[in-house]
Amino acid sequence: MTRRRRRPGAALAPYLLVLPGWLWLAAFFVTPVIVMVSLSLQTGDFIDGFRQTFHFGTYAHVVETYHVQLVRSLLYGAAATAGCALVGYPVAYWIAFRAGRHKSVFLFLLLLPFFVSFVIRTQSWNVVLADNGILLGPLKHLGLLPEGFHVLATPYAVIGGLTYNFLPFMVLPVYVALERVDARVLEASTDLYASRAQTFWRVVLPLSLPGVFAGVLLTFVPASADYVNAGILGGPSTTMIGNIIQTEYFTNLDYPAAAALSFVLMGALLLAVFAYARALGTDDVLEVAAR
Amino acid sequence: MTNGTVAPAGDTVAAPGPRTARRPRRRPALTLYTWLVLAWLLLPIAVMVLFGFNDTHSKVNFTWQGFTLTWYRHLFAIPNLTAALVNSLTVALVVTVVATLLGTPIGLALGRHRFRGRGSVDLLLFSAIAAPEIALGAALLSLFIVLGVPRGYWTVVIAHVAFCIPYVAITVRARMAGHDPTLEEAARDLGAGPWTAFRLVTLPALLPGVASGALLCFALSIDDYVITSFNAGRTVTFPLWVYSASRTGVPPQVNVMGTLIFVGGLVIAGANVLFSRRRAA
Repeated sequence: MTRRRRRPGAALAPYLLVLPGWLWLAAFFVTPVIVMVSLSLQTGDFIDGFRQTFHFGTYAHVVETYHVQLVRSLLYGAAATAGCALVGYPVAYWIAFRAGRHKSVFLFLLLLPFFVSFVIRTQSWNVVLADNGILLGPLKHLGLLPEGFHVLATPYAVIGGLTYNFLPFMVLPVYVALERVDARVLEASTDLYASRAQTFWRVVLPLSLPGVFAGVLLTFVPASADYVNAGILGGPSTTMIGNIIQTEYFTNLDYPAAAALSFVLMGALLLAVFAYARALGTDDVLEVAAR
Repeated sequence: MTNGTVAPAGDTVAAPGPRTARRPRRRPALTLYTWLVLAWLLLPIAVMVLFGFNDTHSKVNFTWQGFTLTWYRHLFAIPNLTAALVNSLTVALVVTVVATLLGTPIGLALGRHRFRGRGSVDLLLFSAIAAPEIALGAALLSLFIVLGVPRGYWTVVIAHVAFCIPYVAITVRARMAGHDPTLEEAARDLGAGPWTAFRLVTLPALLPGVASGALLCFALSIDDYVITSFNAGRTVTFPLWVYSASRTGVPPQVNVMGTLIFVGGLVIAGANVLFSRRRAA
């Protein structure tokens, strides 16, 4: 396999290929994160400017001030992830084992929402769930729901929106894992007189867990950090940490606090991601992302 | 979204035949459930398309008032919205070109070469994809604030290119993984120079991956809200416009534009699938 007559420059080739993109990412991904950390350790205000003081108190301050929203974001993210797993697993199972020749059609239907803007999809739920809209209006008219009933601006609307928006990120990796399950293993299970339920719980489910883990990762991180759903479907009592970060940057102009909050959020989520990657490897996630 | 989605690996399920034979009863409950979930997934799309035909008279487009084509005829009646859409489209085009040019070589290097530092490049790509979007947006905004760079059109382009590069790279790498390196050696043995071997052997194998990566880029860029909202300054893109309108009422033109983007996306994705099938055949 070794290539003969390697030219002296050949060893450089991969570096030259990687370099331009790497520089862009170094300049506009790595450097910004470092700058954000530095900004979070500055003090001052918007008018007089900020100075580097290594004031770690900002972190304690923002966590103390916004712990409600931080915890809420993680809870909503976890609830949406659990929702995606519960709703999505049976779908992935059905497509992998029951869809027959039409698998690709169903996978395509699953991806169809991605052809519509994320914001428009969320806004569509705003239309469907409006207090007197196409769903609640008729029900109220028939007297099935009290006049004051509403879904928008409740945690259910936000968690529902998150579950809706991230469901395909759960179904796809689970599907990939189920698709890999060797049919002969299932036959072996049946041959050994396992019932269908036993085959599922003791063979199929454990084999599909890497897919579930990948799905949890792909769902939990963006769902916890999302603020579009909370912004469009939520109300004042469902504010998530993303909404706060935006307010701090653009309304309060308190850059150190905003940077500290962003870093806390990113740190917490990346820590979870890397713990996961160490334990289970990144291949499943990257493979799904590549699809 | 890419051609990879519709290709369940044929070799993993070696024997679908026996399994089908062993399955005497179907499970209608699970089938019905899957259809219900799919209906739930597709409901907002139906609402978007339908309300683009709604004969509404106020700005509030919440209840069905009858069918009309008015909004298709007056698609560009709201100058701000049109400008936002034009911004989104041109940003997505520039981003697609730049990110594909920068990301493809990384995917090529990772897919074809073993080199020191390969792991750290992998880690960089993985971090950029795994990091929550809001952190990327906030970090870039911090950089621009500290450097005193005014936010606007070009900072949006810079941000989008940064988050698109990893997606192009891994799409191309996935494509390279299925490419037999001995083919290129064979070309060299047959007297082709390195550039000729690349152009005639590697590049054609690579192209579908590059096309998928580019399409993914375009889709990610045109749809991005979070990172854009941090780095756009006064520049407004289509998602930003829709988000801010969602508080007061989204005019039906938004539904029409959404519908047209949806249909356009389907056509392009379909063409990409057909194109790569023909190449593969």
